[in-house]
Amino acid sequence: MYKIKSAEFLAPNIKKFIIEAPKIAQKRKAGQFVIIRIDENGERIPLTIADSNIADGTITIIVQGIGKTTQELNSLSANDSIRDVVGPLGKPSHIENFGTAVSIGGGVGTAIAYPTAIALKEAGNHTISIIGGRTKEFVLLENELRAVCDEVYPTTDDGSYGYKGFVTQKLKELIDSGKKIDFVLAIGPIPMMRAIAETTRPYGIKTMVSLNPVMVDGTGMCGGCRATVDGKTVFVCVDGPEFDAHLVDFDLLIRRNRTYSKDEKTALEHTCNYDVAFEKALQGGN
Amino acid sequence: MAELTKKERMKIPRQPMPEQDGNVRSGNFKEVNLGFTEELALLEAQRCLQCPKPVCISGCPVGVNIRDFIGLISEGKYAEAAAKLKEDNALPAVCGRVCPQEEQCESKCVLGVKGEAVAIGRLERFAADFERNTLGIRTPQIKPKTGKKVAIIGSGPSGLSCAGDLIQMGHDVTVFEALHAIGGVLLYGIPEFRLPKEIVKAEVDALSKLGVDFQPNSVIGFTDTIDELLTSGYDAVFIAVGAGLPYFLNIPGENLNGVYSANEFLTRVNLMKAYRFPEFDTPVFDCKGKNVAVFGGGNTAMDAVRTSKRLGAAKANIIYRRSENELPARAEEAHHAKQEGIEFLFLANPLEFIGDKDGWLKQVKLQKMELGEPDASGRRKPVPIPGSEYLMDIDMAVIAIGNGSNPIIQKTTPDLSYTKRGNIVVDPDTMKTSKKGVFAGGDIVTGGATVILAMGAGRTAAKAIDEYLKEGK
Repeated sequence: MYKIKSAEFLAPNIKKFIIEAPKIAQKRKAGQFVIIRIDENGERIPLTIADSNIADGTITIIVQGIGKTTQELNSLSANDSIRDVVGPLGKPSHIENFGTAVSIGGGVGTAIAYPTAIALKEAGNHTISIIGGRTKEFVLLENELRAVCDEVYPTTDDGSYGYKGFVTQKLKELIDSGKKIDFVLAIGPIPMMRAIAETTRPYGIKTMVSLNPVMVDGTGMCGGCRATVDGKTVFVCVDGPEFDAHLVDFDLLIRRNRTYSKDEKTALEHTCNYDVAFEKALQGGN
Repeated sequence: MAELTKKERMKIPRQPMPEQDGNVRSGNFKEVNLGFTEELALLEAQRCLQCPKPVCISGCPVGVNIRDFIGLISEGKYAEAAAKLKEDNALPAVCGRVCPQEEQCESKCVLGVKGEAVAIGRLERFAADFERNTLGIRTPQIKPKTGKKVAIIGSGPSGLSCAGDLIQMGHDVTVFEALHAIGGVLLYGIPEFRLPKEIVKAEVDALSKLGVDFQPNSVIGFTDTIDELLTSGYDAVFIAVGAGLPYFLNIPGENLNGVYSANEFLTRVNLMKAYRFPEFDTPVFDCKGKNVAVFGGGNTAMDAVRTSKRLGAAKANIIYRRSENELPARAEEAHHAKQEGIEFLFLANPLEFIGDKDGWLKQVKLQKMELGEPDASGRRKPVPIPGSEYLMDIDMAVIAIGNGSNPIIQKTTPDLSYTKRGNIVVDPDTMKTSKKGVFAGGDIVTGGATVILAMGAGRTAAKAIDEYLKEGK
């Protein structure tokens, strides 16, 4: 059993958990994930490790209640326990001093981009963070990112806070303002990541995305998480989760993630709003 | 019971295994084979001629004293028979169910020369089940503690058999398992209807009672590396992680929705209990009324296709590129599959999966094959017949063509010797790797094989580890 030390909502439906997992806290590097199973009847789902505290022996995960398991998870509180937590899994983010590095998070994706933003800063990059949210309340971890990054730009779809528009628009603005950007990490809904890939592609900016397909074991044993990158099949759990955004087949990823959507009726009712907004915008030719 | 003459014994026919009717069982996940009754077991045990030099034992990878345990059954001493089995086999209830006895011990039985071999596997199962059901699994004596610690990586058959031997030798044993439950392929791979999970649990509980420490949720390589285990107090390490990297066909359309590896399909159903969705949270492809095709001809393919039938598939097919004669599955498994209404399509090879606009599998393009000259495996090689391509409507596909070696250990322990295919190189007599204090066995060494061969490797390793711990080399 893995005890929850604290649990608090960061935004509607988005909850931050600090969980006792001393081994994982010690080992984990930016970009890696855990697989959790809430109870004996539970399914195994992957969640990126947002942070850790070696002294306290804890890891932080930030969860958006979308499907049955994530919603159930978000109903847990401090002192509750999670049956199984295994990790750290996956390859750590590739970190080097690129020069100027932009980390972009959309919705709960900001939590996943956060540890890599720290690592990029520690590697000596001039670090810029763009935090996308549908409205002000979905702009996550702004204070934490301000403490780390050289520049932080919150964006909201409705302009209720920060820049009015999508993270892609803000990124394009930065590029067009003449800022030399050497590296982009984008984590969020698949349509957002795809749009970022298309934004940076003409400029040849190295761009990485973190994929979150359906997984079971997380160790390469089942192959359920396969994706196509550069025309080749990869197992996201062991070959990723981060890949070159310009080589990822996002359409396939979206399709495969719908495999169990019939089984996840709850998921449909609670589809990430940022996701929906992006789909609409993209269909509208944005 | 009056002593029978040899002639009288030889007149008793081989006793059939009672089983659930094919039409009934294809709709449930309960065990297919029901096990011998006491009467059947006594009859069958009396068929054994109690050879002065039993050759059957030479066919057993763990060297079970077959003659003696069967002799004990014929005397009605079932618990003693179980104890005799346990001297050499940590998991008799498992092996009595899943070993290919017809290729091993039973293939050596002298009765088999003119007639039918003694049903050794069925008797093994009877003795083990008798013990578990009437006495509870009893734990053998363990030797005084040696103060040495061994880490075993992987809780499948190889790891469990090694753990069982080492703990009895007096060593402390910790078994690390990547998944949340203990048993490896016995849990995630072999279906409930062939190996009820309560049996695996009972065997694992018995090992716990002996003092084996099981650590689930531990992916060695990530959670701890092998070097960290060796520097944190473990005197030796046994790597028994299995194969664990599913092969795909590498044909177009393989990433369509509805195409599964056998590992994924079986893990969802067996380990995660998707057949009881939504009581259990893990879903799996809804097979009800659908056409399912399983590609491959081994035991895993049989497990997958029979599972799909139980999940309600309207048509459940095995598609195999060679002919029935080359089928690698046990004859019993293929026979059971046919009884359950599984259709077999031989000499057909998939070329491409075709999907609808939403990315769901709808068809497979097949090519007819014919058998040519024998290949490296000694089996006649399937050769495509030009121009014979055709389409078949399917909704779900399971790829069951074997496993490669999982790369996690290799990536995190580069100083071991590996083959080109990523298998760990060992001395076959001792299971010693190129790294001091590190041993390996089972599918990670041999590539995908059987439960009992993995268990045999675990036993060999346990003996060598014991010597290594005593002598330090």
